[in-house]
Amino acid sequence: MTAEEIYQRLQERFGDQILGFNAKAVDPSVRVAAAAIHEVAEYLRHDPQLQFDLLMCLSGVDYGPGKHLEVVYHLFSMSRRHKIVLKVEVPRQGGEVPTVCDIWRTAEWHEREVYDLFGIRFAHHPDLRRILLPDDWEGHPLLKDYQVQEFYHGVRVPYVGDPPQTGLEVYRTQEQEP
Amino acid sequence: MVTQLVAGEYHLSYERQGDDLILQMGPQHPSTHGVLRLELVTDGELIKRITPHIGYLHRCFEKHAEAMTYPQVIPYVDRMDYVAAMSMELGYVLTVEKLMGLTDLPERLQYIRVIMAEFQRIASHLLAVGTYGLDTGAVTPFLWCFRDREKILDLFEWASGARLLYNYLWIGGVMQDLPPGFAEKAMEFLDYFEPRVKELNDLLSFNQIFIERTANIGVLPPDVAISYGVGGPNLRGSGVRWDLRKEEPYCIYDRFDFDVPVGTGEFGTLGAAWDRYMVRVREMLESIKILRQALDQLPGGDPNEAMPRRVRPPEGDAFMRTESPRGEIGFYIVSDGSEKPLRCKGRSPCFTAISAIDAIGRGGLIADAVAIVGSLDIVLGEIDR
Repeated sequence: MTAEEIYQRLQERFGDQILGFNAKAVDPSVRVAAAAIHEVAEYLRHDPQLQFDLLMCLSGVDYGPGKHLEVVYHLFSMSRRHKIVLKVEVPRQGGEVPTVCDIWRTAEWHEREVYDLFGIRFAHHPDLRRILLPDDWEGHPLLKDYQVQEFYHGVRVPYVGDPPQTGLEVYRTQEQEP
Repeated sequence: MVTQLVAGEYHLSYERQGDDLILQMGPQHPSTHGVLRLELVTDGELIKRITPHIGYLHRCFEKHAEAMTYPQVIPYVDRMDYVAAMSMELGYVLTVEKLMGLTDLPERLQYIRVIMAEFQRIASHLLAVGTYGLDTGAVTPFLWCFRDREKILDLFEWASGARLLYNYLWIGGVMQDLPPGFAEKAMEFLDYFEPRVKELNDLLSFNQIFIERTANIGVLPPDVAISYGVGGPNLRGSGVRWDLRKEEPYCIYDRFDFDVPVGTGEFGTLGAAWDRYMVRVREMLESIKILRQALDQLPGGDPNEAMPRRVRPPEGDAFMRTESPRGEIGFYIVSDGSEKPLRCKGRSPCFTAISAIDAIGRGGLIADAVAIVGSLDIVLGEIDR
């Protein structure tokens, strides 16, 4: 089934919960309202003609200060051989998305990672803890406006220069024109 | 009573019952293949629950990538899976090319990529089966595997100048063309190596002690594997014939004739540790087949003809997955039209494999925990990124 057909099925079924379709993108994507993602995912997983049994990737994206965050789901059906991308917009502050980890078990860790690095909370997640960073780390590093905490357990965190703001300035190269 | 999470204090996410003993395996443990801590809740000799704790090797790859130009990210990608760096590079490079719409690449380049990726697969599987022997108590196969792996690393060093972290496959090109005489030397290695696989089988794979140690432990049913997103040899060990090189051919894999080995359960339960191990051994033979064809057909020409001088993908995003030795490595790259990625996510195959460890190991014996973790062939650099 092509992405266009999947989008039409979703729209028939969920109506105004489906916010848009980007057919021109490299991987065509469907925008879904955050509140409806669990129902949409369940439908995609269990509908006999869709059968999306594999969640290939679940990632968070930050489009910069003043803009929204996004959770992106890359789905694939191993039996039907088709794929679709779902995108969910989340506000910068206090955003919450229903979990899909009861549908695809792999989502449990991926959602923990998104929570850890972006601070997006997943409702009804069984074990929403930090996964890559220590439990007592402050802030969510993949946000574009992230500030590194100055001290961690009494140790100064930025280790080069005096004092860099994000810890990454030291790596930034000069912009070179051709 | 579940202990509340207090900053800086150790906590258990588990309610202790009766005589439960909590055993910490790792972070410094010879069989965890890196720095991984497994929290085993045990009842006598049985494992009641496994909680993996990861993040000890977190090096902020995704944050760094946002401050780098696209070609500058490649050395960082190398360091994700440091024993299969070529496969990581290939995955990243193909994703950027997909985003840029760069499809018309020289023939020679395509062949070089396949040759490098398949040599890397053999080298990585040699490390995997060798250390798995070590995990279960067999030292000799480990030394033999490393002896042969060294010869592949020599070939890589000859081509790229580095033994482990290559920065060799570039966007739309390679760092430098293969040195003259590479194909002959590579063929020589294949002739030398093919009988060694049989030797390995005699020594380890069909060794009765090894079979009894591994053939019935750590069973991973196919539906659980798919739900957890486990891919590659771990999935094929459960009997699912799924290989991205066949199902979604990238590069020029559709031109080669090779089989996809799957677990057979010939000595025990289908999807057990031995099956996963054996899939890796058999895959090495298939890689030899691909390499022979690719080296035979290797065309001349300049592999860097189509290399873009400036990598600046149009606004948009792309996801692409390739078959790395450890499973399906995916990269998700979002571009805002500048020279640096807005977001670069690595979807690691080991990350999903280790997340399934509880489903695989629960109910087993403590003594088997090492053998189960080893059979998944995880590399912590890739899990923690």
